[in-house]
Amino acid sequence: MNATTLRFNYHAILAIYKFEMARFRRTLWQSIVTPVITTSLYFVVFGAAIGARMGDIDGIHYGSFIVPGLIMLSLFTESLNNASFGIHMPRFTGTIFEVLSAPVSAFEIVLAYVGAAATKSILLGLIILATANLFVPVHIEHPLWMAGFLLLVATTFSLFGFIVGIWAKGFEQLQFVPMLIITPLTFLGGVFYSIDMLPDGWRTFSLFNPIVYVISGFRWSFYGSADVGVGISLAATLVFFLLCLGLVWLIFRTGYRLKS
Amino acid sequence: MDALTRSPPDAYENRQTGVTLAPMPAVISIAGLGKTYASGLVALQDIDLDIRRGEIFALLGPNGAGKTTLISIVCGIVTPTAGRVTVDGHDILRDYRAARARIGLVPQELYTDMFETPWATVNFSRGLFGLPPNPGHLEQVLRDLSLWNKRNDRIMTLSGGMKRRVLIAKALAHEPQVLFLDEPTAGVDVELRRDMWALVRRLRDSGVTIILTTHYIDEAEEMADRIGVISKGRLILVEAKTALMKKLGKKQLTLHLQEPLAAIPESLGDWGLTLNNGGSDLEYVFDASQENTTIPMLLRRLGELGIGFKDLNTRQSSLEEIFVSLVTERK
Repeated sequence: MNATTLRFNYHAILAIYKFEMARFRRTLWQSIVTPVITTSLYFVVFGAAIGARMGDIDGIHYGSFIVPGLIMLSLFTESLNNASFGIHMPRFTGTIFEVLSAPVSAFEIVLAYVGAAATKSILLGLIILATANLFVPVHIEHPLWMAGFLLLVATTFSLFGFIVGIWAKGFEQLQFVPMLIITPLTFLGGVFYSIDMLPDGWRTFSLFNPIVYVISGFRWSFYGSADVGVGISLAATLVFFLLCLGLVWLIFRTGYRLKS
Repeated sequence: MDALTRSPPDAYENRQTGVTLAPMPAVISIAGLGKTYASGLVALQDIDLDIRRGEIFALLGPNGAGKTTLISIVCGIVTPTAGRVTVDGHDILRDYRAARARIGLVPQELYTDMFETPWATVNFSRGLFGLPPNPGHLEQVLRDLSLWNKRNDRIMTLSGGMKRRVLIAKALAHEPQVLFLDEPTAGVDVELRRDMWALVRRLRDSGVTIILTTHYIDEAEEMADRIGVISKGRLILVEAKTALMKKLGKKQLTLHLQEPLAAIPESLGDWGLTLNNGGSDLEYVFDASQENTTIPMLLRRLGELGIGFKDLNTRQSSLEEIFVSLVTERK
């Protein structure tokens, strides 16, 4: 195909995607082994040491109960980190000039960067699921919903990471959102407990935390029970997805921190 | 823009062959281009310029004149605030895919992916510009740039000169019709500069249009078919290099006299001569375009007056002197 007749630049999407996945392979140790070790430690501490002294939650063994939350915890942080680093690095080194001067649309750029970041975090999520299976029994009641949530959440947080990567002026700011916003919200979002276990005031307060809905929906796909209805969880996640999509559209529309 | 700054429609001389050629059609057309940054800085104003297919066009100008902004607009990195640019007839905004696919850009700074190899990065560039893999073409590009033996080394291990060649290889990976070289030889040694010049000529001979910005006037003098001078965001002159040298260049004839003169004879008043070195040197400065008639007349008149000379030398003003005088006049 001649480049001058391009309608959809799939070669560019593939080039960026492969470039990002090559970076993933170069940092395989940090990308996969570190989260797997961390998750294993969570199971040792919360599943075996503390979990053994805990009762079942909604009829689910505590060790099994925390599996969906732990997968989501890794999925959020890895999607965010991968996507933000993926777009921030070329801005930092200046190599972004090549992407901006190429015959590639904003949609294709986002599809490639976000697609690569989401692929990496989904792979990681599946590896953590397999690791969890070694420690506790895991049952997936709605596998299609589970796969759907995995894809939607990875894509949404990769889009969010893309926005953070464009917004950040340096590596310090790049770490600000995942470390100081997402991680605390995740811990307070019901990874290790059901929000029904909280006092009424705190329970109401938790309902303002968007992470609650994501974890709740994902946990429902495993065990068929959740803190909030699965429809509400899905709607809340979709709203966040559309919000991120709108912000990305605005970034390319205005050239914010990409073009002068 | 006044008439002086417009690209002349007339024929121009190919500096390599000396053959006078009919003007080639424009591959890049810039009309009324302007750029004002959000800070209020006016980087470009009312730029009109046609770049002819197959030429080497040198864009000269002091720091901050607007050279890189102009290139960045054509390549799609900076958004213009006024005017229109077409590349091979394709509008850079409305038909950006077709326009950008025809352009290769080598930036001034060494922007490279340090952890990648030259082979991986040229493949990336080709794909980015919408072309399927072509290992044969990429091998040829790397061989032409003496990078083939380094194709599997990490870019971070390469020298500065090699990194610059990697950037050129990336820009050539998608077989562009137009190549922008932004300060291609900044900070490189003399040998590499010569290699770059040879490479640029080879590319031009293969049909690629080259637009280069440079601070090295001798580089433009050595390579360019046409020169554009940009100052304070305005294109103040566009001219074929040889015509520019003729039009604005000065020649200086110095006669080392056999006997010193106390004063210039009145009958030599028309030439505007000066006496230097205690009356031993007679100096005549004239426009290069007058050279055919004035010197023989002067020498004849000196002979008639019995003024002998033991030696003479001439020198022509360089492009650098022309450039400095142009920019100084505008200040």
